Amino acid sequence: MAIAIALIVLAGGSVLFYFLSPWQLTPLASNWGAIDQTIVISFWVTGAVFVAVTLFMVVALIRFRDRGQGRAYYEPENKRLELWLTGITTVGIAALLAPGLFVWGAFVSVPDDAHEVEVVGQQWHWSFRFPGEDGEFGAARNGLVDTDNPYGIDPEDPHGEDDVLVNEPRVLLPVDRPVKMLLRSKDVLHNFKVAPFRAKMDAIPGQRSYFWFTPTRTGEFEAVCAELCGIAHFAMRGRVEVVEAERFEAWLAEQPTHGELAERGPGDPEAGQQHFAACVACHGPQGGGQQATNAPRLAGLDADYLRRQLRNFRTGARGEHEADRFGQQMRPFAQSLEDPAAIEDLVAHIETLPVEPTRSTITGDERRGEVLYRSCASCHGADGQGRQAFKAPRLAGMDDWYLVRQLHNFREGVRGRHPRDAYGSQMVDMAQVLVDDTAIRDVVAYIGSLAEGGASAANAPDDTEE
Amino acid sequence: MAEREYDASRYAPPAEVGEMELPHPKGFIGKYVWSQDAKVIAVQYGLTATAIGLVALVLSLLMRLQLGFPNSLSIIDPGSYLQYVTMHGMIMVVYLLTAIFLGGFGNYLIPLMCGARDMAFPYLNMLSYWVYLASVLILVAGFFVAGGNTGAGWTLYPPQAISPGTPGIDAGIVLMLVSLAVFIVGFTMGGLNYVVTVLQARTRGMTLMRLPLTVWGIFMATVMALLAFPALFVAVLMMLMDRLLGTSFFMPEMLSTGEGGDHQGGSPLLFQHLFWFFGHPEVYIVALPAFGIVSDLIATHARKNIFGYRMMVWAIIIIGSLSFVVWAHHMYVSGMSPYFGFLFATTTLIIAVPTAIKVYNWVLTLWRGNIRLTVPMLFSIGFLFTFVNGGLSGLFLGNVTVDVPLSDTYFVVGHFHMVMAVAPILVIFGAIYHWYPKMTGRLLNDTLGKLHFWITFLGTYAIYYPMHFIGLEGVPRRYYAYGETTFISDSVQALNAGISVAAFIVAFAQLLFLFNLAWSYSRGREAGPNPWQATTLEWQTPHTPPRHGNFGDELPVVYRWPYDYSVPGVKQDFIPQNVPPQAVEREPDAGRGGTA
Repeated sequence: MAIAIALIVLAGGSVLFYFLSPWQLTPLASNWGAIDQTIVISFWVTGAVFVAVTLFMVVALIRFRDRGQGRAYYEPENKRLELWLTGITTVGIAALLAPGLFVWGAFVSVPDDAHEVEVVGQQWHWSFRFPGEDGEFGAARNGLVDTDNPYGIDPEDPHGEDDVLVNEPRVLLPVDRPVKMLLRSKDVLHNFKVAPFRAKMDAIPGQRSYFWFTPTRTGEFEAVCAELCGIAHFAMRGRVEVVEAERFEAWLAEQPTHGELAERGPGDPEAGQQHFAACVACHGPQGGGQQATNAPRLAGLDADYLRRQLRNFRTGARGEHEADRFGQQMRPFAQSLEDPAAIEDLVAHIETLPVEPTRSTITGDERRGEVLYRSCASCHGADGQGRQAFKAPRLAGMDDWYLVRQLHNFREGVRGRHPRDAYGSQMVDMAQVLVDDTAIRDVVAYIGSLAEGGASAANAPDDTEE
Repeated sequence: MAEREYDASRYAPPAEVGEMELPHPKGFIGKYVWSQDAKVIAVQYGLTATAIGLVALVLSLLMRLQLGFPNSLSIIDPGSYLQYVTMHGMIMVVYLLTAIFLGGFGNYLIPLMCGARDMAFPYLNMLSYWVYLASVLILVAGFFVAGGNTGAGWTLYPPQAISPGTPGIDAGIVLMLVSLAVFIVGFTMGGLNYVVTVLQARTRGMTLMRLPLTVWGIFMATVMALLAFPALFVAVLMMLMDRLLGTSFFMPEMLSTGEGGDHQGGSPLLFQHLFWFFGHPEVYIVALPAFGIVSDLIATHARKNIFGYRMMVWAIIIIGSLSFVVWAHHMYVSGMSPYFGFLFATTTLIIAVPTAIKVYNWVLTLWRGNIRLTVPMLFSIGFLFTFVNGGLSGLFLGNVTVDVPLSDTYFVVGHFHMVMAVAPILVIFGAIYHWYPKMTGRLLNDTLGKLHFWITFLGTYAIYYPMHFIGLEGVPRRYYAYGETTFISDSVQALNAGISVAAFIVAFAQLLFLFNLAWSYSRGREAGPNPWQATTLEWQTPHTPPRHGNFGDELPVVYRWPYDYSVPGVKQDFIPQNVPPQAVEREPDAGRGGTA
C-alpha cells in the first residue's frame, strides 16, 4: 500500500509545488504575454492529465492488489474504450497545439515598423550594431574582421559607413517600439537570451538569424548566452537597458559610426607624454610600476585595455567600491583627462614605453598554478600575452603583487561588480575558480614564470594552440 | 478472444528437432570470453555498459558537487565541468542505455522469447560485442590524453566542438568521434542480427502477433537504430575530416582565438540536422525497449493480459515511424528558418497520441488485475509515474511557442532526465529483478530490492521535478556557475544544494543494488524455472539458467499469445505459450467463455 500512498503524496505535492514554488516565470517585459499564456494552458492541461492518470493508478493499486483469493479479469481488448480514449487524447493535443501555432504565427511575422539591431556574438562577449541614417546595414563577413574593423564590415559597401557601432556588451532599446534582433556570430554558436523578453535565438557564424519583440517596460535587463560556447559560456553576459525614446535617440547619437572610427587616427604619443607626467609620481618614470605607491606597471598593456580602464575609472565603473582603496585614488586622475583625444594620446604614449623585467615578490607552487591557469589561458593566451579580441589584457611581465591584489578584488566582488564594467564581471565569475589565497599565489607564480624571458614562454606547454 | 487458444491447431504438430549444428564452446575462454552464445554476450554487454555507466554516474556527482556547493573541489574548473557534462551525457545515452537495452536485453531475450536456439549469426554477434568494447575503450582513452576529453556537450555542435575555447579539441574530440564511429559499426553487426533473428528464427507457431511486447519493442528500436545511426555516422566522419583534414563541411568562415581561421563556407546547422535526425529516434531507441519490457512486467505481475495488445504493437510501430519526422523540435531556437516550427510542432504533438495510448493501456492493464507488488512491479509503477510526468513536460517543449523561453534551461534538463534517463533506468532495474532468476537460477534479495526501489524512485523525483521550475525562471543549463544575475533568485542556490544532496543519496543507493547482484548470485533464494509464473518461452526452458541452445533437444511450439493470464475456466492463472489447448487444465465446473 505504501506505493499507493507515495503516488498520492507525490502527485499532490507536485501540484502544490506548482502553486507554492518561489521559482516562476520572470516578470514579463515584452509583448510576448501570449507565450506565457500558452505555458499556463500547458500547465493546466498536463496537470489535469497527470493527476487523473495517477489517481487511476492509485485506485487500481488499492482495489486490485493480490490478496490471495481474487483473480484478474480477462479482457484482451475493448475497441470502444480504446477509440474513445484515442479521440479524447487527440482533442486534448489539438487544444494544446492550436494556441501554440497561433502564437508562432505572430512570432515569425515581424511588424513592418520594427527597427533593426544587429547582435554580434563572440567568445565571450556581445556587441551591437545599428543601421544608421540610411536604415540599412553594410554587408559584413567574418573574414574581414581585424582590430580596425571589429565588425568585419565590407569597405566596398556604402551602407556600412553610417552604421552605428556599439562595441561593448551593453545596448539601449526604446520602450514600446518593436525591434527585430538580427543575430550573427564571429566564431561559435551563441544564443542571445533576456529572460523577461521570452524570445531568444541562436547566433550562427556565416549566417543570420532573427527574432523580434517589443519591450514594454523600462529598466535594465541582463542578457546571458543560452547556447554552449566554450569554457566561459557561463560568464558571457550583457545588458539591455530599455529607456524612453528620447534617451535612446540621445544615446544612439553619441555612439560612433563605422566611418567615424575609420577616420579617427591613432593617438599622438608626443602629445600623450605631457599627460603622462601626472602618472609618473606613482607609476614610475617609465610606467614600470612601483609597489611602494601601490601603482602597477603600465608598460606593456595594450591601448584597448588602458582606454577601457581609464573610462571605467572616470565613470566610476571601477574604483568606486569602498574596499578598493587604491582604485579610489586613481579616479581623480582619470577624471582629469576630459577630452577623449587626450586619452587616445596618453594610451598611445604608454604603448611606446619599454617593457623591462619585473622583480618577483611572491612565491607559489608553479605546477599547481599551471593547472589553474588553464581557465585563464582561453582568454589571456597560453603565453599570458593577452588577446585583444577577448578583451583580455597582458598578464605575463606584470607586477605579481598587483595581480594578486586584483584577483582578490575580483573574487570578492570589489572590482568588476559594477553593472557598467562588463568584462570585469566576467573576471568575477572566473576568479571563483581560485578557491583560496594559495590558489591565487600559485597561479600568479605560474604567470610570473611565463614572463621570464621570451624563451620560457615558448617552452611552456601549450594546451590550446597547435 | 477466448477462441485464441485453438489457433495453434492449424500448425504442424511438434516435429523432433534434434540438436542443431551449434558451435558448442570448449573450455572457459570459449564459454565466457570469445563466446558466441547470445546469453553470454548479453551479460558481457550488460557488465560493460554498467561499468562505463558508473563512470558517468561519478561524473554527474562531480557536476552536482559544483552546482550545489560551488568551488568546494579545486579540480573542477569551467573546462573540466564541461568535460563532465559531455561525457556524462554521451556515455549515458549511447554507451549505457542503447547498449544495455539492445545489446544486453536484446541478446538475452530475443532468442529465448522467440523460441530460437541463438541469434541468426552467432559469430557476428560476438564480433559486435568486441567492437562495442573497443569503442568504450577508445572513449575512456579520452580521459588520459593531453587536454582531456572533449567538453563540447554531448551534442558536439560545431564549430565549437573543434574550435579553441572548448576543452579537448586536440585529442579528446578525435577520440570521441572515432569511438562513436566504432560503436556504430559494432551496433550495426548486432542490430542486423536482432532483426534477422526476429524475422527468421521464430519457432513454429510464433507469429508476429504472438510475440511478447518486449521483443516488439526491441525489434522496432533496432530497426530504427539501423536507420538513424547512419546519419550520426556520416556527421561524425565529416566532423573528423573538418578537424583532421581541414575540410569545411560544418565550419564557416569564422574567427579562431580572435583571429582569422582556415575554414570557409561550411554549415553548422547541417550538423545539427544530421545529429538530431539520429538524436530524436535515439530517444525512442531507448524508450521502445523500455515500453516493451514494462508491458511484460506489468502483465506478469498483475496476472492480467496486457490490455489492447494489437493497439500496443501498432503504437510501437507508429511511434517508431513518426520519430523520424520530428527531429527539428530540438532546433526551434537554432536559427533555422522559423517556419519549420509549424511543421515540427505538429508532428511532435501527434506522436503524443500513440504514446498516450500506451500509457492508458498500461494503467488499464492494472485495472481489475490481481496485482502482486513484487520488486519488478514496483519499478514498473515507478516507471509509469515518472514517464507520465516526463512525457507531459515534453508537450511543453514540443510546442514550438512554449519551447522558446524554456529551451536551454533546466526545464529541458528536468524533462529529458525524467523521460529518457530515470524512466528507462527504472525499467532496467525492474527487468533485472525480473530476469535475474532466469539468468542465475536465484532470486535477488527482496528487502534490499525494495529499499533500492524506494530510494531511487523518490530520490530521482526530488532531483528532477524541481528542476523544471528553476528552468521556468530562466536558469540556463550547462553553466559552471551562476554568479550574480538580475533574474535568477538567490533561493536557486539553496535548491541546487538540496538537489545535490538527493543526487548523492540516490547514487549511493545504487551500491545496494550492486551488492544485491553480487550477494544473491551465490546466496540468493533458489528460483526454480518459473518463479513469477510467467507465460513467455524463456521461462519454459528445460534448464535454469538455460544452456547453450536454450531449449534442449526440442524447440517449443507456440499455441497462444503471450498474455494468457487468468483465463476464465482454467485452473492455473497462467497458460505458458507452449501449452497445447488439450493440455490446459480446466476447472471442472466452470463454463467456457465469459469474457466475450
